[in-house]
Amino acid sequence: MAGKQVVFRVKRYRPEGGGEPTWQEYTIPYTDDMVVLDGLNYIKDQVDPTLTFRWSCRMGICGSCGARVNGAPVLTCGLFIKDVRGRTVVVEPMSNFPIIKDLVVEFDDFMDKLQSVKPFLVREAEKPVAEGEYLQTPEEVDAYKQQSMCINCMLCYSACPVYGASDHFIGPAASALAYRYIRDSRDEGAEDRLHVLSRKTGIWECTFVGECSVVCPKDVDPAGAIQNLKVLASMRQMRRLLLPKSARR
Amino acid sequence: MDRTTYDIVVVGGGAAGLRAAIAAAEADPALTIALVSKVYPMRSHTVSAEGGTAAVLRPYDNFDLHGFDTVKGSDYLADQDSVEFFVQKCPEEIIRLEHWGCPWSRDADGKVSQRAFGGMSVKRTVFAADKVGFHILHALFQTTMKFENIHRFDEWYVSEIIREGGAAAGVVAIDLRKGEMARITSKAVVLATGGCGRIYEFTTNGFIKTGDGMGLAYRAGVPLKDMEFVQFHPTALPGTGILITEAARGEGGYLINKDGERFLKRYVPEKMELGPRDILSRSIMTEIREGRAFDGPYGHYVGLDLRHLGEETIERKLPMVRELAEKYVGIDPVKELIPVRPGQHYIMGGVHTNARGETGLPGLYAVGETACVSINGANRLGSNSLSECLVFGASTGLAAAAYARKKDWPSGAAARETFAREETRVFDGLLGQERGDETVAGVRREMQQLMERQVGIYRDEAGLSAACAQLGKLRARFSKVGVADKDRVYNTELTSVLELDFMLDVAAAIAHSALARQESRGAHSRTDFPKRDDERFLKHTLAHRADGAPRIEYAPVTITKWQPAARVY
Repeated sequence: MAGKQVVFRVKRYRPEGGGEPTWQEYTIPYTDDMVVLDGLNYIKDQVDPTLTFRWSCRMGICGSCGARVNGAPVLTCGLFIKDVRGRTVVVEPMSNFPIIKDLVVEFDDFMDKLQSVKPFLVREAEKPVAEGEYLQTPEEVDAYKQQSMCINCMLCYSACPVYGASDHFIGPAASALAYRYIRDSRDEGAEDRLHVLSRKTGIWECTFVGECSVVCPKDVDPAGAIQNLKVLASMRQMRRLLLPKSARR
Repeated sequence: MDRTTYDIVVVGGGAAGLRAAIAAAEADPALTIALVSKVYPMRSHTVSAEGGTAAVLRPYDNFDLHGFDTVKGSDYLADQDSVEFFVQKCPEEIIRLEHWGCPWSRDADGKVSQRAFGGMSVKRTVFAADKVGFHILHALFQTTMKFENIHRFDEWYVSEIIREGGAAAGVVAIDLRKGEMARITSKAVVLATGGCGRIYEFTTNGFIKTGDGMGLAYRAGVPLKDMEFVQFHPTALPGTGILITEAARGEGGYLINKDGERFLKRYVPEKMELGPRDILSRSIMTEIREGRAFDGPYGHYVGLDLRHLGEETIERKLPMVRELAEKYVGIDPVKELIPVRPGQHYIMGGVHTNARGETGLPGLYAVGETACVSINGANRLGSNSLSECLVFGASTGLAAAAYARKKDWPSGAAARETFAREETRVFDGLLGQERGDETVAGVRREMQQLMERQVGIYRDEAGLSAACAQLGKLRARFSKVGVADKDRVYNTELTSVLELDFMLDVAAAIAHSALARQESRGAHSRTDFPKRDDERFLKHTLAHRADGAPRIEYAPVTITKWQPAARVY
């Protein structure tokens, strides 16, 4: 075990340096039970405290530590150094976002998009708390469970070529979460969400490359959700064409 | 209105902070609320809570039973009036969260399911598989998006509370992405920054749990209560400290030693794996000490056995346990034992508040793990902490809203002064000064090892005295910590220095409070004083910040209907 070394090649960007991104290499010791994030922390604590990245839970649930490792968007807490192909661990910030510093990117854009699809239960009338819960069978929970697992890690946006070409696109995670609420038996907000998703910046932009579902660490399958949303949006459109306004919902 | 003037500033975007923000926003749409967090709110450590959240929801259960379980679990140090309020409010919070979309696991009849948990007499713990904190956090966070009067300040680090005329009047914070300091003036400030697990070396807590809110309140002159009571969860993965939920035992898992024996029969024969956390952690330490534990690359451990539960139950009820075991230990709990050992998990102590989150400083509130009401006393029961965040998040948000409606706006003079002082301290002092005999990582590691070794599960006078002295030396060394990264934009080295500054204060409060409490109660286990001593210590510790060592005072415990009795399980 002792004595194994690995090279981390990290893309650096420092806004106050005023220049282009640069590459920096660090040779560090590692063991088989270290994940890429452990390597980054080793560098931060022992070698170079200026290296900047986000992390917290180190168990794949907080969604902070996304980066591209050897080209692929991953959670750095979930990828073991020993499983990285080749002899060098190449770490870059996620694609398709403005870089703030080193591996830290900004995704306020996602927060706005998430908000635009109303990621909360929409009800015509709220039941008073004193009357208890809305009943929901285990099967009804299963209908939206998969998409409710999204941790907002942004790997899907980093992998999405459509979002890369135009950040107007609503994108995978926001669509998946819209679908999660639409599929929830307690919700009555499908019309509002499908309206947003049917805009020209919405789901029809998706060309079904499917990379979002490949990189998703939580098996949320945003690509599948978007395909299902397209069906729902088409049905909505048909109803709008065929039915009088009062009968559309 | 100036963009940085708000009725209420909530510091922290986990379950407690979000619930407080929503309560205040709902109470009065005219109130403006700033939600300030050093991370995007959905990164908050609530996300890692796994097992569940307690509430009386079924005819077989009642408030008295939940109250008694909580008080007994607390080793009679909880304030019973607060416990009674708490247990009565839990059910409506669970239902409210259901109405906000939380995907609770359900029974076949469509009702919210409940499972068994340690120290709870009946099935009382509501859950969403074993990702309860994750679902609660996202449901609350997404629900905040409904409210136009909640404005988020994502990735802002609060460095100081502004005080004017003897009351809280806002915060000074660093906008991390801009690398600029700013002031947010307000009528009320709610601290909800979670616990301080990163004071310890081996913890289930995320990197962000650095006791910021406790440190902020402490510096503002508010005492920290019952800080000696630190919870060690019995089942963390050796090496990483990743939490394996108590729900694994709630669903029927066994703890076994290397002889294949369910050793808890020697310690908590009535409750076995569903005994309270303090006793279970000590039992595991005894097995280790007496040579009946497994030995591995990260020291001794015991086995968590889920094999008899079968693949279907594990998949449906404990998917995250399986995911974590497979990923981080390389074993499948359907077929193999999960290695576990106790690790720091939670702190019962915190900012001294009442059940409305009020501190001694008008306008300053604290809630969640940051606060100590106290409903947890000397040992918290599993699944009471998420409920605590919800119940007291709501009561604190309402109290802050009522206060803000009556209070006049601060003049802003103190804000300008504090801002100028903080800018000098942080940017000219910590960032600007050329020093560098010490690094933040070095001093932090020594603090963590010291706390682990000497202020851990078992304590004694010699170890605690030495720890107090050592912490004093670390404080002196902290003033020599240099910052290599001189950029202001997103300077995580600088924020680590500010966090360590708070952690050293909080660690000293823990060690000194532990030294002063010459008895064993709940999670505070003194080998030199092995018995509970109600005569001398049925009281809350209050640590006040002072020059040098904290000043330790005491406050009475409120007893309503449950007289202290021997705590036997």
